[in-house]
Amino acid sequence: MSSSINISQVDRIYTDTDGRTVQALKNVDLDIKAGEFISLIGPSGCGKTTLLRLIAGLDKPQAGQLSIDGRKITGVDPERGYVFQQGSLFPWLDIGHNIAYGLRARGQLKQKKAKVGEYISMVGLDGFEKSYPHQISGGMAQRVAIARALINEPKALLLDEPMGALDSFTRADLQDKLLELWKENGTTMILVTHDIDEAIYLSDRIVIMTPRPGKISRVIEVDLPRPRHRGGIEFLAMRKEILELFELAQAQPQPEYNI
Amino acid sequence: MNTATVKLSATVKESITDKPKAAWNYKNGAYFLLKALLTVSGFVIAVAVNIFFPQKAAVEIKNYTLSIFGLNIGLTMNDLYRALLVGLILIYTVSAIRSLADKDKRKKFCKNAAFRSALGLALAVWDIGGTKLQIFAQPFFPGPAQVAEAYLADGEYVLQNTLYSLRLYSAGFSCGVLLGVGTGILIGWFPKVYYWVYPVLKITGVVPAVAWMPFALTLLPNSFTAAVFLIVICAWFQIAFLTAQGIQSTPKQNYEAARILGSDPVDLIFHVAVPHAMPDIFTGITSANAMAFTTLVMSEMLGQPGGLGYYINQSKVWSAYYKVLAAIVIMAVLFSLINHIIGRIQKHTLRWQEGVVKK
Ligand SMILES: Nc1ncnc2c1ncn2[C@@H]1O[C@H](COP(=O)(O)OP(=O)(O)O)[C@@H](O)[C@H]1O
Ligand SMILES: [Mg+2]
Repeated sequence: MSSSINISQVDRIYTDTDGRTVQALKNVDLDIKAGEFISLIGPSGCGKTTLLRLIAGLDKPQAGQLSIDGRKITGVDPERGYVFQQGSLFPWLDIGHNIAYGLRARGQLKQKKAKVGEYISMVGLDGFEKSYPHQISGGMAQRVAIARALINEPKALLLDEPMGALDSFTRADLQDKLLELWKENGTTMILVTHDIDEAIYLSDRIVIMTPRPGKISRVIEVDLPRPRHRGGIEFLAMRKEILELFELAQAQPQPEYNI
Repeated sequence: MNTATVKLSATVKESITDKPKAAWNYKNGAYFLLKALLTVSGFVIAVAVNIFFPQKAAVEIKNYTLSIFGLNIGLTMNDLYRALLVGLILIYTVSAIRSLADKDKRKKFCKNAAFRSALGLALAVWDIGGTKLQIFAQPFFPGPAQVAEAYLADGEYVLQNTLYSLRLYSAGFSCGVLLGVGTGILIGWFPKVYYWVYPVLKITGVVPAVAWMPFALTLLPNSFTAAVFLIVICAWFQIAFLTAQGIQSTPKQNYEAARILGSDPVDLIFHVAVPHAMPDIFTGITSANAMAFTTLVMSEMLGQPGGLGYYINQSKVWSAYYKVLAAIVIMAVLFSLINHIIGRIQKHTLRWQEGVVKK
């Protein structure tokens, strides 16, 4: 099961305590097809997290609309899973109970108890169900966070730099795991990253965002066959293309808004 | 250059020859046995002193009859004192055997040996100074056997008073914990409640609970409920205060993660906020506990028909200081036991924190 997501004309303006405003998103339009793997990339501060939070329903736009399968997004819903950048596991619950959290909260633990073990195995954490979050590594913690989101069988999974804090080996490992899970479940994936290689390796389309104000500057189709090779010629060519886009974006003088 | 090389090889050699020799520490069997003997030696000496040291001072050694399960046992204070010492020796022997298997327990046992042996010696000295020769000021410092005599003379009465204290404490403290955690949750969760209640709590919280005693004694139906009330408020405010803090410091991300996973607001309170506040709740419970003991004993001394505090007061009137000491010993044991139980519950509840360095 997967969902299509429609984002149209979305603005999000933050006002801080001093009354200053920051336009985090301006006029954002994006259509995400059901089952698609989308990456959002861009320098920090360009509104990636803001956009993801809007899709999740954790936040509301000032203007524009977000909808999922034609229904307006009004609040959070377990059908849209979310993986935070880091540290979102409940430290007082062991790994097994962290993963089971969604089932328990929705009163389904009794019927679907067996799923907990399944999802622990799926992310390769057999034998760790009794460990507590502080006893496992960062990579394992992110796998727990992913399993915890997936156990609710979301139609879309939103991931905010889930591998940002990981070393490159763990990261490559987790990327493959993510692809595997995506193929298995067909979930729509929206991944925020600032790693160009990661975006090319994983996505069907890459959405490039630029800051001040945060907006979408380009959407690039990645039509490389899977499994992709990080060292392949086309891969490197695409990497070069995206890098150039960024340099171009950076070279343009940016007017300072609202400061 | 050359000498340095020679020196280096020398140290290497030393460390190699060092290794096979068994280290003289708690890992060594003979060392551990020695420490175990040291542990019990003090108490053995205390028993020996009680048996063999002549009773010089004029102290009447009365005979008591103790009925246990229909069995009548003739007993003097010295018999009871020796029995208690033998009991301690047995406890430490068992503890030595039990800690054999565990490395950390062995180490701890060895570390405690010197102190425990000194404790036994101190009892022996106290016995000589307090009872055998009576060189300590009387009747303020009777010997340990005389303190034990209070249990023979007043056994049933002491037990009654102990149970009375325990009833007061458990009624007051459990209500205090429930009310404290309950109000703490409300204050921490609802900004309106915080605004109206928190300042009141902050101000009344610094007033020692016993200050309310005049009101409690006149307004409440009987002295028992008055004392319960005092213990309740001393636990209540402290625990509510810390519970509220723990709830409020819950990271926003924990709530967001829980909401996306399907938690409703009630679920957020009981599955996110409260677990997060648990360490603070226990900090509140432990510090409130200490205050509850104080409040308990003080209110017993100032207007209860029973309890260990009442027993102390009553004994003081008759200058029966050995009974005062006997009650103090019971308090020490009882309150340590309660602390120990709370510590156990805390350790179990907060087991998820084990090994985390506290900020
Ligand atoms: N809660 C907030 N209050 C005020 N400003 C915010 C808030 N969240 C984000 N911003 C601002 O909005 C902009 C976009 O932030 P964000 O979406 O976090 O960017 P990214 O995730 O791409 O790094 C930044 O300039 C940031 O400072
Ligand atoms: Mg971000």
